[in-house]
Amino acid sequence: MTAILGTTYSILSTIIMNRIHQKLREDKKLLSIYFTAGYPSLNDTVKIIQDLENNGVDMIEIGLPFSDPLADGPTIQASSTQALKNGMTTSLLFQQLKDIRKSVSIPLILMGYFNPVLQYGVEEFCKKCQEIGIDGLILPDLPLDVYQEDYEAIFKKYGLVNVFLITPQTSDARIREIDEASDGFIYMVSSASVTGSQDGFGNSQETYFGRIAEMNLKNPQVVGFGISNSETFQQATKQAKGAIIGSAFIKFLTQNGVPKIVDFVKGIRK
Amino acid sequence: MNYNVDEKGYYGEFGGAFIPEMLYPNVENLRRQYLKIMAEPSFKKEFDQLLKDYVGRPSPLYFAKRLSEKYNTKVYLKREDLNHTGAHKVNNTIGQILMAKRLGKTRIIAETGAGQHGVATATVCALMGMECIVYMGEIDIARQAPNVARMKMLGAEVRPALSGSKTLKDATNEAIRDWINNPVDTHYIIGSAIGPHPYPDMVTRFQSIISEEIKWQLKEKEGRENPDYVVACIGGGSNAAGTFYHFLHEKEVGIIAVEAAGLGVDSGESAATSVLGKMGIIHGCKTLLMQTPDGQITEPYSISAGLDYPGVGPMHAHLYKTGRAEFIAITDDEAMQAGMELSKLEGIIPAIESSHAFAILETRKFRPEDVVVFNLSGRGDKDLDTYIKYFKL
Repeated sequence: MTAILGTTYSILSTIIMNRIHQKLREDKKLLSIYFTAGYPSLNDTVKIIQDLENNGVDMIEIGLPFSDPLADGPTIQASSTQALKNGMTTSLLFQQLKDIRKSVSIPLILMGYFNPVLQYGVEEFCKKCQEIGIDGLILPDLPLDVYQEDYEAIFKKYGLVNVFLITPQTSDARIREIDEASDGFIYMVSSASVTGSQDGFGNSQETYFGRIAEMNLKNPQVVGFGISNSETFQQATKQAKGAIIGSAFIKFLTQNGVPKIVDFVKGIRK
Repeated sequence: MNYNVDEKGYYGEFGGAFIPEMLYPNVENLRRQYLKIMAEPSFKKEFDQLLKDYVGRPSPLYFAKRLSEKYNTKVYLKREDLNHTGAHKVNNTIGQILMAKRLGKTRIIAETGAGQHGVATATVCALMGMECIVYMGEIDIARQAPNVARMKMLGAEVRPALSGSKTLKDATNEAIRDWINNPVDTHYIIGSAIGPHPYPDMVTRFQSIISEEIKWQLKEKEGRENPDYVVACIGGGSNAAGTFYHFLHEKEVGIIAVEAAGLGVDSGESAATSVLGKMGIIHGCKTLLMQTPDGQITEPYSISAGLDYPGVGPMHAHLYKTGRAEFIAITDDEAMQAGMELSKLEGIIPAIESSHAFAILETRKFRPEDVVVFNLSGRGDKDLDTYIKYFKL
């Protein structure tokens, strides 16, 4: 009896919590923002999320800081180091977010490296995400095959969308495989780079964006890495469903502080 | 029990390739090709030739008479310190530069802590006329000036790692970021038996020349291929992997891995990963790892820069977990005394890394008839400053 109730509950909650799927169905280009939890100050997390939603951001990636972020450039590295110095931990982040669904309704995705999740306990972590109302996870160093073998069932049980990355070097065959394994959107890394390391898109990106668009993947694509202003946002979303801004937003926060978030979002959406 | 890597890249529960998608094409290409390339006759021929004529192999297996008398057992030293560039590191860099050429790569990156692997990489890049960039923690650059100068003379660019603790683990992060930024023309020569599969296995195979030679050299000297024990120091674990490799499945051979206890295992200033580590993910592999309960990687400490790594190669984690190897932790003080003793008794000044291995003779008792082979992984020239300061020479 308990088991049946449990299953029903989990199916229901999956349906209720699929904010990512609902958002992707909206007829607009999605603006998604990444920030590092606990930065600039330890308790800025909730305020930043609320301000981003209030200013029209469509989706948020909340970064779980890690000591050794090997796919990130200097900006996100520095924000992670500072967040950890400020005292951010996985448990504390969950604590900060526990009432977030009382004030925020856009999709929330946790993004981070796999080791802190492993140490928290993958199932425990996913369960906590569901309780809070987290919609998906992006864990760049959790590879596709390990996910499918060991964790897919757990992620699904707690209604979490797992987002995979593709890059200009990813082969068509592997993109198809990733598309098949995805149920939400594909995180399209704009160029061969760590985060925050380029400005502007050139011909090679145009070709790559075109190639992916022609593949007619079942999952929409959201472009990340190298989007820093209105111009690059427009370029990235010409064919893709949306774009994610990370380093540029963190730089803005460092220079201008949390109260000015409105200016940043206006600058992108102009 | 299998102690080698399985077809999925694991040693028991350790290993694998936990890498972001940006690294997948390069690592996957390497995984598909490395065994094939290593088996090519032309590859083997070039590798063997360079090890012989350029590195100076085989390295001697030396019976240490006075050390043996003092500890009442038969001590042999595998003299990797006599290799070109002064340590075992060059065995792997020769192998990987030949691999990189066959993969069509033109640009080489590497990480280095004390600078030994950086020098060995810069050396083979000079030999092959390849561009070479070595990432080194800003703090290590300051405390290892002679090796920085060597790398520059050899034509390498030394780039400081400015993030995190500015030491080996951060240099490794920077090298990985470089590889993400340069996926087409670049090969990453990892220096230790760590990283995503197939690196731990590939590095181990290139270093396995050490145990291959021990076997026939011991046969000549003792009339048998297998010693009673092989002993090596272990940081990431490349010299240990090479020393153990051909004995892993020889049940009568005891395997002893010596970690750096730093100021003491419980002092908070240590690099004894088998004791202090917990299963986690570092630099693309699942292994034992020093970390906070929250999963943040912590800073290890040892007087020896080469053992100053918060993780351990996945093969070694498996040897520890299964009990196949005995792990012993040696403090800074014990290692320094052992280094001085080897100098006085045998006329050999060892690298402080290797000194950790000899230090077990003080406490780990062997029988008089036991044949104990120590890998003398490197020479002590690079550590003179540390020896001078420690002993006020």
